Amino acid sequence: MQRINELHPVNQDFEPEFYQDLHTDLMFLNLGPSHPASHGTLRTLVALDGETIMSAVCEIGYLHRGFEKTAENRTYDQVIPYTDRLNYVSAIMNNVGFAKAVEALIGVEITPRCMGLRVIVSELMRIVDHLVCIGANLVDIGALTNFWYLFNKREQLYDILDKLTGARLTNSFTRIGGLARDTYPGFEDEVLHVLKEFEIAVLDVLKLVARNKIFLSRTQGVGIISQADALSYGFTGPCLRATGIPYDLRKEFPYYGYENYQFEVPVGEVGDTYDRIMVRFEEITQSIKIVRQALKVLPGGPINSDDKRVSLPPKDQTYVNIEGLINHFKHIYEGIKIPPGEFYDATEAANGELGFYIVSDGSGNPYRVRCRPPCFTIFSAYPDLIEGGLIADAIATLGSINIIAGELER
Amino acid sequence: MGLEDFAGEGYLTTRLDAVLDWGRKHSLWPLPFGTACCAIEFMSVMSSVFDFSRFGAEVVRFSPRQADLLVVAGTINYKQAPILKRIYEQMPEPKWVISMGACACSGGFYNNYCTVQGIDQIVPVDVYVAGCPPRPEAVLEALLMLQGRLREEEDVKSHPIGDAIETKQRQPIFIQ
Repeated sequence: MQRINELHPVNQDFEPEFYQDLHTDLMFLNLGPSHPASHGTLRTLVALDGETIMSAVCEIGYLHRGFEKTAENRTYDQVIPYTDRLNYVSAIMNNVGFAKAVEALIGVEITPRCMGLRVIVSELMRIVDHLVCIGANLVDIGALTNFWYLFNKREQLYDILDKLTGARLTNSFTRIGGLARDTYPGFEDEVLHVLKEFEIAVLDVLKLVARNKIFLSRTQGVGIISQADALSYGFTGPCLRATGIPYDLRKEFPYYGYENYQFEVPVGEVGDTYDRIMVRFEEITQSIKIVRQALKVLPGGPINSDDKRVSLPPKDQTYVNIEGLINHFKHIYEGIKIPPGEFYDATEAANGELGFYIVSDGSGNPYRVRCRPPCFTIFSAYPDLIEGGLIADAIATLGSINIIAGELER
Repeated sequence: MGLEDFAGEGYLTTRLDAVLDWGRKHSLWPLPFGTACCAIEFMSVMSSVFDFSRFGAEVVRFSPRQADLLVVAGTINYKQAPILKRIYEQMPEPKWVISMGACACSGGFYNNYCTVQGIDQIVPVDVYVAGCPPRPEAVLEALLMLQGRLREEEDVKSHPIGDAIETKQRQPIFIQ
């Protein structure tokens, strides 16, 4: 009532009853957990003054599936399918991240061909992740056409992954010390073809949005986060690079020969929604470059390490001699034995730094697996990003930070 | 019935229920209750390559009061379960439920402290679609089988007046 007195002192003189009944308190509203724009199952409780968000509180846990606890009762190879379901838009990147951490803990060298293939499929998944993120974000702000443009090209890549890994979405492609299978004949040509299609899709969508006034006014200056805030929240990935900090694990701590590939780390300027979308567009282009280079230098040879501790013996040995059979049996039933110790290793996933902290007690099961998902730290900053803005801006911001509930809540 | 003699040529007689079921069959309005990986695959089902709208289920509604086909796509844990139940109850009769994916059907490989072991503990399910996640073709088949069931008159006792609906225990369909 006091605010009404301040805002409309004149009107009350001739309509006092009307203003007495008018509720001018803050309105509390739930965005989610079942909301078309809440990607997955996020819940944000907002306090509204008109359409302006005065305060916001996030709640998570609607997709908690107990990944870390379940992993303690599985062998290391059995954990890999669970890592698929962390960030299910780019499943193979999670497989690679987990396998890399376990391999580093044991000290196993993987073969050059395995490295090359892991880089190729990881970068393809990064492209898909960004395509889905951009497409969904544009749908949230009302541009449906782009979604079909991006999604149709994505289906072409899924046909390739279908042939390569046997699954469309949750691939479980890596094994500890190698990969599930080698490429099929014609893989390179199909990937090169789909890369061209991706370039067309990006150009098509950029034509539609780059100078679109509605898109610009919906995204520019919306959901800004400063460099200092982003760092203190622990941002990584495109959201951090959108603020202008060129931090990329592929450059800072190169793994799998990323130091040999020519690519740039795109950065934004102000860290708003527009920058985040455009950084993703540019990362798609850079990933296409990486895949082309990696295909050119992809070496031959085996895909699995010949280390007996981690790799299954070839089938002709399993079926013919007793050592191979016992090796196979022990590997499957007891799991890979890892000496006691603990290790943290991280890869640059599509959303940022995806780390796995693994504690081993010497048995076949991990004693503890902690996943450091990039979304968790980013989503913790979401209230700060949207407070003071409009509800519609909150939706645009949520799409641009690319929250995947699977890895947020694990 | 002899009505043809009365009305002349160019008319067809049928029961009102049959007409309503025929209409419902070709205009199911799905509510995608997508929580996890299956929701991403459901987006593929909706997109142009597979195109759910070919079968009349084009208009995706996120409001339960405007939908009659609940597609539960993804893991439901104990925190999410009351929300699913409430959304199901908010949907107007007649309504159908497709349980998409291993998690929704049985909990999948999340047999642990937080995951509901199948949504049929909470809401009645008409079609179970297996797979983790199911291929889009399987979801299309689920829709077609549901439409086939809608045509069987004895199964769906529908009535034009919304509050006088006789709900009957329905046997679910399993898609392997």
